[in-house]
Amino acid sequence: MSTIGWVQICLTLALVLLAAIPLGAYMAKVFGGGHTFVTPVLGPLERGFYRLAGVDPKREQGWLAYSLAMLAFSVVGFASLYAILRLQAFLPWNPQGFDGLSADLAFNTAISFVTNTNWQAYGGETTMSHFSQMAGLAVHNFLSAATGIALAVAVTRAFARTGSATLGNFWVDLTRATLYVLLPIAIIVALAFVALGVPQTLEGSVEATTLEGAKQVIALGPIASQEAIKQLGTNGGGFLNANSAHPFENPTAISNVLAIFSMLVVSTALPIAFGRMVGAQRQGYALLAAMAILLVAGVAIVYAAETSGNPLLTALGLDPAMGNMEGKEVRFGQAMTALFVAVTTGLSCGAVNAMHASLTPLGGFVPLLLIQLGEVLPGGVGSGLYGMIVFAILAVFVAGLMVGRTPEFLGKKIEAREMKLAMLAVLILPLVILGFSSIAVMLPVALASLANAGPHGLTEILYAYSSAAGNNGSAFAGLNANTPWFNTTLGISMALGRFAYVVPVLAIAGSIAAKKRVPVSAGTFPTDTPLFVGLLIGVILILGGLQFFPALALGPIVEHVLMLAGQTF
Amino acid sequence: MIQHLRPAIVLMALFTLLTGIAYPLAITGLAAIIAPDAAHGSLRMRDGVVVGSELIGQNFSTPRYFHPRPSATSASDPADASKTVDAPYNADNSSGSNLGPLSQKLVDRVKGDVESLRSEGVAAIPADAVTTSGSGLDPHVSPATALMQAPRVARERHLPEERVRDLVQANVEGPLFGLVGEPRVNVLLLNLALDRLNLP
Repeated sequence: MSTIGWVQICLTLALVLLAAIPLGAYMAKVFGGGHTFVTPVLGPLERGFYRLAGVDPKREQGWLAYSLAMLAFSVVGFASLYAILRLQAFLPWNPQGFDGLSADLAFNTAISFVTNTNWQAYGGETTMSHFSQMAGLAVHNFLSAATGIALAVAVTRAFARTGSATLGNFWVDLTRATLYVLLPIAIIVALAFVALGVPQTLEGSVEATTLEGAKQVIALGPIASQEAIKQLGTNGGGFLNANSAHPFENPTAISNVLAIFSMLVVSTALPIAFGRMVGAQRQGYALLAAMAILLVAGVAIVYAAETSGNPLLTALGLDPAMGNMEGKEVRFGQAMTALFVAVTTGLSCGAVNAMHASLTPLGGFVPLLLIQLGEVLPGGVGSGLYGMIVFAILAVFVAGLMVGRTPEFLGKKIEAREMKLAMLAVLILPLVILGFSSIAVMLPVALASLANAGPHGLTEILYAYSSAAGNNGSAFAGLNANTPWFNTTLGISMALGRFAYVVPVLAIAGSIAAKKRVPVSAGTFPTDTPLFVGLLIGVILILGGLQFFPALALGPIVEHVLMLAGQTF
Repeated sequence: MIQHLRPAIVLMALFTLLTGIAYPLAITGLAAIIAPDAAHGSLRMRDGVVVGSELIGQNFSTPRYFHPRPSATSASDPADASKTVDAPYNADNSSGSNLGPLSQKLVDRVKGDVESLRSEGVAAIPADAVTTSGSGLDPHVSPATALMQAPRVARERHLPEERVRDLVQANVEGPLFGLVGEPRVNVLLLNLALDRLNLP
């Protein structure tokens, strides 16, 4: 680790916070229905959309109608994306003449993009036409992220309101999240990426004749427009197979800063918007503090593990100065690679600028753990905030048990119904991850996909199901996931990880919104203090960590011990 | 559910037009104005021929050029489409090795590369010289990896070693503001400069 490395990390995070504060205020205004500086331009477009869709923006929905609208939209999105991918050969902008996707791969990819996972069982430049990338995948980069924001806003309103039967209108929140938040920022970020060297063209590829006379076919495409929303929407599905490690997606150290900045900024702004909308700004910052502390701890572990390198290679005579360079690019450096690794999994992004499979055992342990903690550091756009609120509810419940008092969060009593629903939500992750992983490790058809033997092979499987259920999308990519078994089971994991989590959360929101606010008294446990932040961190680590510890011990932890012993597989 | 279908279908269609067609085409149009070179892949020409992209590494393998890092990219086997063959720096199929840190395959590969460098007389081997990059297309090497190759290139080109080393130093790109990024050398640009010094 070096000082200059930490300076780069801190500067990037400071930039994010600096931008997130005004963005949070802006988003609070957008979702409060207020007038913003872009309303004169976007207002007519927005009203036109409502008119064509038959939406009355003034008519609000209860939690059930809100959930059903969200589900209906996701089903329609899945069906249209599945159709585009299957019919790719007959659609325009297919300069490389790619065939349609197989049924299982199209199923997996469609669920993947609709749930904001963006797991890639395919290689972009060898599978997807420009039309599929733009009108299929990029659209869902916007819409799955906007859906996440809408859900977070609905949960926020539950705490902002008292005695209310409704949470807002899903169609309005979805439309506003896309038009007012994601699209304008995406345009700016996409142009910045182009200026930094990311290609943006409708050509398929060019052929170069190298100085030695060999032919090199270089895949091209409308990469910058996709890259911008891929990062901003914490989607992570790369235009190209190597994702943000590819020099066309991430050409310089500066574009790397922009990539990290843009994947963090909306998720960081949401707790701030939450604080403003519920009228408790300190609460937003308290949630943000818990997120930041755990995230920076994750960065530090990855950074330390990767700079100390791989002793098996050092023993062969490698200069240890650069650390572990397998699977990494020269231009980013260890510090900003470590930051990317932790951020992409602390979020539910899943973009990668280094191959996670080739990280040292502890370097690879961190992204896996951060996914399993529930991706709330600060989590996917929207999903991070409502995930964190579920943890906050659990934390006040634990605190309430200690003193024998009914727990409250932001003046709302947390009672048996909310607790049951919260537990239902948090149990879906271990159920899916451990359930499917334990079946997969016994199936020869699944084990045939492994690229690495020993504990690394187990980690490949564990990481795949964690990434799918957590809607992350990054991978220990040695695993050949483009098989009917993995395409199907990972597709199911993604759907459960998103919808089986979010419906109970909306049900909690419904019952919270209906409750009256309890006045603050001497017995109220304040939830915007360092004490609460500590408690919240404890609950996240204990709940998330202990569920997965036995599996992690057999994967990356034992691998670390074996590495020190010089064992290879 | 039924009353939600109309807004779901209509909004999906409208957003597909807006974010899936209008947005990328608008960016494509603007990109062609603000950065036409980058928009088309930062291609480099020599004598009217595209010799590669500045951003994409190439598989230099003859001793008279500086070599890039090893690459783990592959291509489909021309003899059997269901199999793949090694194809370093295949810019049509980016990929890392995805080998874990304890992989015997990784250790064997690095050992082989280390031994062949040792036989060339290299003493200190920088980590990037024998490890594959995440994309398999890394256009850069560390300055140490480039300098390590200077004696070989100088010998092959009948140039004084000092001159080749100076050329490497002149091609080192530093971190921005001395802060962001790593010192690195773009192998294609270095080799182009080398050819200008002394054409084959």
